[in-house]
Amino acid sequence: MATSTMKLKLHVWRQESPSARGGFVTYEADANEHMSFLEMLDVLNESLESRGEEPIVFDHDCREGICGTCGMVINGRPHGPWERTTVCQLHMREYGDGDQIWIEPWRAKGFPVVKDLFVDRSAFDRILQSGGFISANSGGAPDANAIPVKHEAAEESMDAAACIGCGACVAACPNASAMLFTGAKIAHLNRLPQGQPERYDRALDMILQMEEEAFGSCTNHGACAEACPKGIELDVIAMLNRDYLAAVVKAG
Amino acid sequence: MELRSKIPSGPIESRWEKHRFDMNLVNPANKRKYTIIVVGTGLAGGAAAATLGELGYNVLCFTYHDSARRAHSIAAQGGINAAKNYQGDGDSIFRLFYDTVKGGDFRSRESNVYRLAEVSNEIIDQCVASGVPFARDYGGLLDNRSFGGAQVSRTFYARGQTGQQLLLGAYQSLMRQVHAGTVKLFTEHEMLDVILVDSVARGIVTRNLRTGEIQPWLGDAVALGTGGYSNVYYLSTNAMKCNATAAWRAYKRGAGFANPCFTQIHPTCIPVAGEYQSKLTLMSESLRNDGRIWVPVEPAETRPAGEIPEDERDYYLERMYPAFGNLVPRDLASRRAKDMCDQGKGVGETKLGVYLDFRDAINRLGKETIEARYGNLFEMYERITGENPYQVPMRIFPAPHYTMGGLWVDYNLMTNVPGLYAIGEANFSDHGANRLGASALMQGLADGYFVLPYTIGDWIGGERPTPVPEDHPDVTRTVDEVQTRVDRLLALDGKRTVDDIHRELGRIMWNECGMSRDAAGLEKAIERIPELREEFWENAAVVGSGDTINQVLERAGRVADFLELGELMCRDALAREESCGGHFRLEHQTPEGEAKRDDEDFQHVTVWEYKGDSTAPVEHREPLEFEYVPPTQRSYK
Repeated sequence: MATSTMKLKLHVWRQESPSARGGFVTYEADANEHMSFLEMLDVLNESLESRGEEPIVFDHDCREGICGTCGMVINGRPHGPWERTTVCQLHMREYGDGDQIWIEPWRAKGFPVVKDLFVDRSAFDRILQSGGFISANSGGAPDANAIPVKHEAAEESMDAAACIGCGACVAACPNASAMLFTGAKIAHLNRLPQGQPERYDRALDMILQMEEEAFGSCTNHGACAEACPKGIELDVIAMLNRDYLAAVVKAG
Repeated sequence: MELRSKIPSGPIESRWEKHRFDMNLVNPANKRKYTIIVVGTGLAGGAAAATLGELGYNVLCFTYHDSARRAHSIAAQGGINAAKNYQGDGDSIFRLFYDTVKGGDFRSRESNVYRLAEVSNEIIDQCVASGVPFARDYGGLLDNRSFGGAQVSRTFYARGQTGQQLLLGAYQSLMRQVHAGTVKLFTEHEMLDVILVDSVARGIVTRNLRTGEIQPWLGDAVALGTGGYSNVYYLSTNAMKCNATAAWRAYKRGAGFANPCFTQIHPTCIPVAGEYQSKLTLMSESLRNDGRIWVPVEPAETRPAGEIPEDERDYYLERMYPAFGNLVPRDLASRRAKDMCDQGKGVGETKLGVYLDFRDAINRLGKETIEARYGNLFEMYERITGENPYQVPMRIFPAPHYTMGGLWVDYNLMTNVPGLYAIGEANFSDHGANRLGASALMQGLADGYFVLPYTIGDWIGGERPTPVPEDHPDVTRTVDEVQTRVDRLLALDGKRTVDDIHRELGRIMWNECGMSRDAAGLEKAIERIPELREEFWENAAVVGSGDTINQVLERAGRVADFLELGELMCRDALAREESCGGHFRLEHQTPEGEAKRDDEDFQHVTVWEYKGDSTAPVEHREPLEFEYVPPTQRSYK
């Protein structure tokens, strides 16, 4: 079985620095069906390097869809056309000879472009710092089976904990809202018995921090959940809203 | 070089407890006066930084990632071992200890391994307390599975994403300390050197990957949790950024490098598809619980797997190792797959692969059960290969995955450089010549949560370091040396891309220092690698400037270090005239083709001392003693 090859026209966002004006630059690229999307870019970058040109900057690391480092908007879709797939797991058999592909960074005020396709997602870390944890110092924890956790609670917590912090939800949202990301961490911890003591403070603090960052509000489009490579569902936003409301009422 | 392992005396069960009592303490009110530098935010580094912050130390923590949540610990799928014996199937601390020493083929330190088994239980408690959503049974208690050749169910897991959940647990604890102000976190900072003042580790030099700024950071102790070096092979299951630079810089400043040739080649990875391939993807070895590994009996076989009748298939692991079958340890499974491919029985377009077949498991248990167990892995396999493993067998091939070798450390996890610690995969570790499945996560968290935070206090409390002035000549000299090296890399204006040179190094390492090694091949590699290194420094193409994100420069620095480390690995493999664990010397095998250890001459840790770029490194030995687990030939038949 012969491997099928293709010639592509890529329109890639190049931007020298956060303050520089960016624009699309068009490249011809060769690929074959077995390559991953990022390998197709690697090959292009290597050819740019050997011509003495600066390669396209994009961040990536594990290439297994779990570290959350990679992310780009491909033909208008965060992480490209495959459902529940990060861009590092997208493969070129999706494309055919002569296709044109537009590649852009995440576009959101909360994620300023650093260079080309590389954006600054430190706002996510700051949201986590404000309350995305359980205050349990190392040592002195009770036996792990001392607190039984209902099978369903553990599973639902895990559903939310699967978030990889890539930012596709923000990139997909017309308001650039970070509610799916923030809701996922709140749901992960608040669905567990261990998370109960700090449940409402957590919701309050994380939402206050989220609002300090340059993210928009949620208007129930659902584009975030559709773009999420890990299938985080909108129910985490419902939980975020419920716990936030309860926290505000408790705080008086 | 003096190698004092500082193993406590007394019965093994009480050594760690006794040692904790014997160590110096730092008064709680004084801890904030001391600064600890932690490099890396994986399981070991992240857990250590968080715990040291909780204890009250002033912690400076560095990662080259954009966030502390990205380290490659996140990619571990299968699980984490602990001796809880929740399943009541006969597990115990001693059994976990015994299995780990045996699995490591008697090339690890008994005392360290015992401590690892001992704290494994505390790790699970800690992780649950911090919100790790481990799998639960319907009564709400923790579920376990059997994993990687263990005959008890001691592996805790969170779907196929255990590493992710454990790392997020450590990351969340770290974020809490950042919020509390005890830890200052520096993302997108790559460590490029260790600063020694009067031969004591007092700081590091970093390059800010966004601005290019090269800067010294000073403190009272330095801990490296900077991972392993499998990317020396170019293609490995490691993340693209994983590198040896931190450990290698420490080596070049005098830290001993232990057992560099002990690498683990993981048996269940997706085979290479082409020259452009950037990395290899691991499929959790839990798949071997239900999948059957086979190749066609006839090398010339051209039929698709489904059309090959039962009597023309060779389920070679089941045939050769009836007791363990498909669950033999990783090194055996990998080597046998290579043997089959060497005999021409490999499958797939490249003939470098073997089948991992779920047909019988699906017939026996139903597709739904298999989907519940491995659904995410099957999906991942299909996304990458375009083949549906419910219908056709997976194709797998071994790939470099983990490095048991690393910086030599004593029982306190301190290298031979005073004040410099190495934790997690970065040290030469507790795994001997072969690591068992689900033990890397255990060791990373053991070092980070439960060992280093105690032992570092012994150093601080005993030494009571006083601050080093920023303009100390040792500091400015180290910064200047880093700057010179970066400038030299940026000046490389040759024809060959950094990746292309790295690919060639990878091929040399894979062929000569991979799953099987022999003297002739290793000697050839030791000759060829310096030539390639020379070519790198003359003909590599490093485009772009140093004052902005420059990913080519980042890779160039890492590849330059791999080009030196690769040679040391080959020297180590050549010096170790025996086969053990992942180190298989063709000259040293039993008539059945199994690894033949030489306990008489090689029951030791080999530790290499740097003596300059143009001088051969010097070999030192730390003898190993086995009081509790008498060395035997591993047998999985």
